[in-house]
Amino acid sequence: MRQHISFYVGDTLHHLSSLPPELTLLDWLRDQQARTGTKEGCNEGDCGACTVLVGRLEQGHLVWRAVNACIHMVWMLDGAQLLTVEDLRGPDGALHPVQQAMVDEHGSQCGFCTPGFVMSMVALSTRADLAALEGTLDGERIINEALAGNLCRCTGYAPIVRAMKKAAAYCARHGEPISARTAELSARLQALQDGKTVELHSPQGRVTLPATVEALATAYAQDPAAMLVAGGTDVGLWVTKRLRQLPHIIAVRTARDLHKIHTRPDGALWIGAGVTYTEAMPHLVAHLPTAADTLRRIGSTQVRNAATVCGNIGNASPIGDGPPIFMAAGAQLHLRCGPERRVVPLEAFFLEYGKQDIRPGEFIEGVLIPPLPAGSVCGVYKVSKRFDQDISAVLGAFVLVMAEDGTIQQARLAYGGMAGIPCRASRAEAALTGQTRTPVTLLAAQAAIKEDFTPLSDMRASAWYRATVAANLLVRLFEPDRDSPPHHAPTLQNWQEVAHG
Amino acid sequence: MVDPYTMAAQPAEAGGPAPHGPAQVAGAASSSLRHESAHLHVAGEARYVDDMPTPPNAVHVALGLSSRAHARIISMDLGPVQAYPGVVCVLSARDIAHHNQISSVGAGDEPLLAEDHVFFCGQPLFAVVAQTRHAARQAAVLARVEYEDLPTVLNIEQARAQGGALVCRSLEMTRGNAAQALANAPHRLAGQLTIGGQEHFYLEGQAALAWPGEDGEMRICSSTQHPTETQHMVAHVLGCPNNLVTVEVRRMGGGFGGKETQANIVACLAALAAARTGRPAKLRLDRDDDMMITGKRHDFVIDYDVGFDAQGRVLGVDMELAARCGWSADLSGPVTDRALFHADNAYYYPDVRLRSVPLRTNTQSNTAFRGFGGPQGAAAAERMMEQIAFATGLDPLDVRLRNVYGTTERNVTPYHMTVEDSIAGEVMTQLAQDCDYRKRRAQIREFNKTSRYLRRGIALTPVKFGISFTATHFNQAGALVHVYTDGSVQVNHGGTEMGQGLHTKMVQIAMREFGLPHERVRITATTTGKVPNTSATAASSGADLNGMAVLAAVRTIKDRLVNFAAAKWQVSPEQVHFTADGVVVGEATVPFATLVNAAYMARISLSSTGFYKTPKISWDSATGRGRPFYYFAYGAACAEVVVDLLTGENRMERVDILHDAGLSLNPDIDIGQIEGGFVQGAGWLTMEELFWDTSGRLRTHAPSTYKIPACSDRPRIFNVKLMENVPNREETIFRSKAVGEPPFVHGLAVLHAISDALASVDNYRTYPGLNAPATPEQILRVAERLRQQGGVGHAQVHT
Repeated sequence: MRQHISFYVGDTLHHLSSLPPELTLLDWLRDQQARTGTKEGCNEGDCGACTVLVGRLEQGHLVWRAVNACIHMVWMLDGAQLLTVEDLRGPDGALHPVQQAMVDEHGSQCGFCTPGFVMSMVALSTRADLAALEGTLDGERIINEALAGNLCRCTGYAPIVRAMKKAAAYCARHGEPISARTAELSARLQALQDGKTVELHSPQGRVTLPATVEALATAYAQDPAAMLVAGGTDVGLWVTKRLRQLPHIIAVRTARDLHKIHTRPDGALWIGAGVTYTEAMPHLVAHLPTAADTLRRIGSTQVRNAATVCGNIGNASPIGDGPPIFMAAGAQLHLRCGPERRVVPLEAFFLEYGKQDIRPGEFIEGVLIPPLPAGSVCGVYKVSKRFDQDISAVLGAFVLVMAEDGTIQQARLAYGGMAGIPCRASRAEAALTGQTRTPVTLLAAQAAIKEDFTPLSDMRASAWYRATVAANLLVRLFEPDRDSPPHHAPTLQNWQEVAHG
Repeated sequence: MVDPYTMAAQPAEAGGPAPHGPAQVAGAASSSLRHESAHLHVAGEARYVDDMPTPPNAVHVALGLSSRAHARIISMDLGPVQAYPGVVCVLSARDIAHHNQISSVGAGDEPLLAEDHVFFCGQPLFAVVAQTRHAARQAAVLARVEYEDLPTVLNIEQARAQGGALVCRSLEMTRGNAAQALANAPHRLAGQLTIGGQEHFYLEGQAALAWPGEDGEMRICSSTQHPTETQHMVAHVLGCPNNLVTVEVRRMGGGFGGKETQANIVACLAALAAARTGRPAKLRLDRDDDMMITGKRHDFVIDYDVGFDAQGRVLGVDMELAARCGWSADLSGPVTDRALFHADNAYYYPDVRLRSVPLRTNTQSNTAFRGFGGPQGAAAAERMMEQIAFATGLDPLDVRLRNVYGTTERNVTPYHMTVEDSIAGEVMTQLAQDCDYRKRRAQIREFNKTSRYLRRGIALTPVKFGISFTATHFNQAGALVHVYTDGSVQVNHGGTEMGQGLHTKMVQIAMREFGLPHERVRITATTTGKVPNTSATAASSGADLNGMAVLAAVRTIKDRLVNFAAAKWQVSPEQVHFTADGVVVGEATVPFATLVNAAYMARISLSSTGFYKTPKISWDSATGRGRPFYYFAYGAACAEVVVDLLTGENRMERVDILHDAGLSLNPDIDIGQIEGGFVQGAGWLTMEELFWDTSGRLRTHAPSTYKIPACSDRPRIFNVKLMENVPNREETIFRSKAVGEPPFVHGLAVLHAISDALASVDNYRTYPGLNAPATPEQILRVAERLRQQGGVGHAQVHT
């Protein structure tokens, strides 16, 4: 048992033994460390002006992740290396290549979002596959993804993207200064990893950082009133916006055995409760290839770097993007309370808005996603006002298990945004089952969708829009169209035609 | 060169700059130079209000807000707020001993803190002053307020239904006889355009830090576009003369008009807290509070009636432009005026009647926002052009070209100003050629014949934007330039830096005139203590006005130096020139610092103010006549989009812009203004949607619900060019043109490109009548309507 946390900010080692549980990294940096380069733009993890880099050893390798400091709690830094914009200048005072490119390409106007952009851009420039970025359409997609969590109101982004390309080209040829320090930084972070559970006490409350799932289970069983926090991308807003105080936080991500992600011999994918979306991404993309484009649009890079797959399930939002996808894939949730374990089908976990099948002291240990049956057709479609980093108006995730004769053996249609919980469209599924994919079948399923749901109207979309889109999305499973993958109508996401004359 | 000891001039080196040519300094005005703070921005070293070291005894302020849209306050129990640990005091309207009134136009309808009524949900009721910001925020939600709800008016439709109360006078512009022209026109159509508002979403929220000084002095660092008005408002609220209040602005993290008047709320409350406690006081609004309290771009409903001939030429226009103004007048008068000034966009209306209807509603008080009503007016003009194209079967570009202002005829605006500089036709024609508009339009129509769900569209729209404040007296500016004895220069002026590069341009003007590199010219924070009685940095006028004031100050000093040098070295004043290599004096070249120091020794003043007022302009709102604008800025944009008919999702495939910045002061910075302005305009017309619920509560009050364009929303191909060799016909600063607002209007090309894509649903037979914002939902609604109108039900689409 340790009673303090240790982490580096720049090259300075900090030991903290007493801090309010909900103290955010942004407030700590600005108010207590005089590091005002990191800005507060929205205080809810949407604008990215507070982006900082957190370096950690992942499977022994130092990996840099951009996160939103406004909804990252200070205790999350235990064992990590933090870099803020103040740490980027070289020993001679020279600007980092990303910073220099931003100056040269007029990438800043008012300058307020700029430090956050710079940090996201530096995170990208530390990637090993940087050289492959240059020039290609794929490169633009990678840049769009890396910067989706940073809002700029002045530039229209064009000069920032130009700066990113220039900096990437420079770093690919001449090296990236932070990556150049990998060995040294890895060694000193390694020295911080003692594998101990941590208990922090302060007048405002306590934080438990369990080192193992056993320690977590014990701590939570002892205090079921404690707040479990994994990535904190949701709980962070309770703190910054609802001003909630959290007298006892139990961390999820510190339990090392919750970080497992692997494919079982039967082909099912296990994702432990400590695994972030970013860590899970390559596995999920391999497992559910047609969900890839939507998975990349969950939150932003900063959010996916902090948020866990299981946290996205556990908070049970009706508009979370992960649950309908996993539900369509037939996922099962593994729950644990103290020593007891049980397994529930994901769709049975969500009972009604704000209510889940979970008991006091019980927590999610992981989620198991079975493989898609051979010959199945799978489509996942997210529809929102803005393409990137927006909450879905409607998300449809569909799996059709096809028999050899072309009939639909089984249909799993799961939706987000259509009800108080993510849920399946049972009437539409029934309309499809046993049928072939003909226009008549489609019409029947579309009619059934209207029976399945009575969606809400709110600032994201009207009930009419949600119902119409939910039905229209089924078209994409039925419509072969030119230049598109088989069995899928083209979407803006996959449409690459460039016929600009 | 000069021997520093003897001051003897030595012959200039051969091959130096021509003695009579302009100073050729790299990065001087009319060439590109990086933003003066770029190196600070990227390093996190540029300081904004909240980054200033907070004095250790400072107090922090948070606000309690109304939860009702319109109500009488029966009682307000602030006991629990006062009792919260860390709270120093709580201020409500009755604690304001002097004037609880901050109407920027003197309408007297805008109390700083609510008195016995609230007029919108989010109106500040009281200010909590506490030891920490956290404590202030925690305490602010503890008040117990009892309301008696009153009837609410939330939008234009409700306002009209309930009598149409106005926040200020309506404006009418007439020329000729619109009614008769409409009656006589061979073709006539009427329609209605609804166009949404827009949140500024400056990345730096509203903030102010106030320091009480001795003897009633108050110094305020504010994120304001209008330091002088902030100074006046603070003095007014504190009940002291203006000379006790100093307002300082180094930079803002974005403004876009949202800090022209709205910054006063925050500055006044910080000052009030500082005056009450005798301690420095900071108020920085949380983003949600900022969006709940402050005004936004006006949304409009525009009814139009237009007569035209078979060639698509407009013969008469009658238009009514109604705006949701919110609970108080604020700047709604001049904003709705400017909507009228731009309801012609670039087109000549032979007979015309335009009138504004500035409606009072129980919502945030709408305010200045880049374009200031102009883009809404221009949107109506473009809507008519497109609808005429449908009615006549012409390409919309041809309709636009046939109606564009001439230079010698068809050149009088609805406000009786003669347009002398119209190049809108040339700009459109050149852009259409450069971006292959006609060929691509044909290709797109071909594509749409076979693509079932993805439809493409293209549109090319112009902008003509009037430059000057329409309130004539605002068209003045001051500057203060100091030359120090080491030859370094400090430039001060009345404009504020919000990212647009104004300070950079001001430095460049001094560089060009003195022949100095940028390292030798320092710009300071804008402060009312150095340059008084300034206008807001607004109306795109920052560089035009302040640039000429800086030039005047610099030239005063230069004249003194020239006369001194001429006398000292026995040459004529015409033989003295400021160049990059130093000051050429006859046959010799003297380093600038040497000359300056010599002038100091000779007791020559090295400091000067400068002043400028825009010539030629006048405007009389009573008659609707005058020359409100010194000149117009022009440009054109061509947008190509793709729309998904299943969901209404859309994407900008390609955008080409050709824009007129005169002889640009800084081409790179101006292109940045155009790129950024365009994306902001496109965001306004597509994804940005303000949503109030039926109780009047704004539900889009954070970036999680209010979506401004993100990185991937920029056009996939984005070509922006400045018109070449187009000096301003008027004598502006080095013949440049203002560039802040005009490019915002280019966003209209996107709206019309989406409309073009939608028209394909009914094989271009039915006018889509797409309103803004064209969100995916709005687009899908129009697509469904066109399917039904075309007799092609959705079911049949895929059978």
